[in-house]
Amino acid sequence: MATLILDDIRKSFGKTAVLHGVDLALHSGEMLVIVGASGCGKSTLLRLVAGLEEPTSGRILIDDTDVTNRDPSQRDIAMVFQNYALYPHMSVFDNMAYGLRIRKLSDAEIKRRVDEAAGLLELGHLLDRKPAQLSGGQRQRVAMGRAIVREPKLFLFDEPLSNLDATLRVTMRAEIRRLQRRMGVTSLYVTHDQVEAMTLGDRLLVLHKGVPVQLATPMEVFHRPANTYVAGFIGAPAMNLLAGKLAQGGRAVALEIGETIVFADGPRAGADGMALTIGIRPEHLRLADDGFTLPVDLVEPLGSETVVIGKLESGTLLTIKLAHSHVTDSFLRVRIPPEHLHVFDAGSGLRLEPGAG
Amino acid sequence: MTRRIDWPAHIILSLGVALFVLPIWLVLSGSTLTAAEISRGELSLIPRLSGLGVYASVLRDGSPGAGPVWRMLLVSGAMALTIAVGKIVISILSAYAITFFRFPFRMAAFWTIFITLMLPVEVRIIPTYSVMSDLGLINTFPGMTIPLIASATATLLFRQTFLVVPDELVEAARMDGAGPWRFLKDILIPVSSSNLAALFVILFVYGWNQYLWPLLVATTPELDTIVIGIVKMIGTETATEWNRVMATAVLALLPPVAVVVSMQRWFVRGLTDGEK
Repeated sequence: MATLILDDIRKSFGKTAVLHGVDLALHSGEMLVIVGASGCGKSTLLRLVAGLEEPTSGRILIDDTDVTNRDPSQRDIAMVFQNYALYPHMSVFDNMAYGLRIRKLSDAEIKRRVDEAAGLLELGHLLDRKPAQLSGGQRQRVAMGRAIVREPKLFLFDEPLSNLDATLRVTMRAEIRRLQRRMGVTSLYVTHDQVEAMTLGDRLLVLHKGVPVQLATPMEVFHRPANTYVAGFIGAPAMNLLAGKLAQGGRAVALEIGETIVFADGPRAGADGMALTIGIRPEHLRLADDGFTLPVDLVEPLGSETVVIGKLESGTLLTIKLAHSHVTDSFLRVRIPPEHLHVFDAGSGLRLEPGAG
Repeated sequence: MTRRIDWPAHIILSLGVALFVLPIWLVLSGSTLTAAEISRGELSLIPRLSGLGVYASVLRDGSPGAGPVWRMLLVSGAMALTIAVGKIVISILSAYAITFFRFPFRMAAFWTIFITLMLPVEVRIIPTYSVMSDLGLINTFPGMTIPLIASATATLLFRQTFLVVPDELVEAARMDGAGPWRFLKDILIPVSSSNLAALFVILFVYGWNQYLWPLLVATTPELDTIVIGIVKMIGTETATEWNRVMATAVLALLPPVAVVVSMQRWFVRGLTDGEK
């Protein structure tokens, strides 16, 4: 149990700035997921916390102790790598015990800890095997075991599930969550997969081109995305983003597709004619006889639901998720429910909350 | 795959094997004849079992012009081992440094090592001799081995091996708290063990076969290697006893063959296995 504080962390490789000032505070026992597209700097951030890279500026504090200039081994953290990074010539037991042996723990204590972790991860019968004789999921568990036996202050996960097949990923995801809750170890988890981010994190940090764009609970990020990037990134299928202009003294938006919608939650500040981006999730679009016409371009049946991609005459694509699966018509009649609109400033991309205008 | 025997392939392979084995077999059976028979040209392909005593005799007494073979085998073995082990130790350390550490003039160091590839022993033999002479190492065992230990080839091979070691493995070891020496000992060397074995075989045979340098630097009979011993046995003032020369040649073959055979599995894997 420990806290982690990042204080204005910046990192450049040569002239390329990768992280532009990240502030972050993890509570004790919290699981924070850093999510973003590849190249957003999320792995670099994790490596800075691990001590594998040095920040260009800023401070890293674990339990209020400045560890910025400490070696990885002196930070009392454990990391699970994307490719597991198991020692190929060592047995499962030795892989887990290696870090403890270096720390000169007694043989009895090492055996106790490894056995306990092996029991927790159901690896007991595999302790004598070499990594090459294990399946992907088992290797992943050994990598977790290696982190657990250290009993560190902090767990770091660097996309640990991305090398597993889809089914296993779901199982392991739940397992990681269960384990982290049970052990209560403060954790930092990096992923590009939004489902992992949503299900695993107590809080999410969405990173975009080295800039933290939103730090909030998964539900908050989903329901109130801070800008158009987060809006499009979190949620599958992705949120529809439509262009429009502020109208009726800030009380409504005139969409480019022809609809004018009065905001359900109150007017926005700004002059009429100000360019807006309106977000609406595919699952929130409604079918209605009095709605506008949406020609169907593509139907993707997913079993329990159906995703329909429609193409408006203007060329704008609109995705709609339907609870039933029988889409036979060549067009749908669609209504945009005002209570589910997300309003963004088209210029800055920032979310606009209702306010006196 | 069919189970039928591929006759043409077998015939060609058998011919190839015969081509390599025949001269050795000839030496083996020749060694059991008498010197007189050989000089009369009565070389037979069938060894005479009663003549096998010549092996014990050369091992113990050697031949006119050269010392006992057991001592020469010992000198050769010690030299080959020292060269192989020394080369491996030096090149692992230098390859480790230029692959995993950032230090000033790292690439300069790498290229300097690389350039020495163009200067084999034969080219630098006179300056090397002069250096050894200044150090007072002429006619000593260190003088025979040290100049042959510096090795660019092995350094380059180890560098290639180390380059394919995944970064994550290095980082995992750092997180586990392994310092540079521990990482080298616990992770890097075990991970590269098949390459290490392959190199050991190659370098042992290289050391065993050294002729020019030992000939030049060591003139006392006590430091005669087996290769030099064979040459000394031929063409002395007395008539050459070819059966003894052949017996010595067979004995000279055995240690490198034993090394190759015993490490063959590792050897092949180390040369062909690129993936880690």
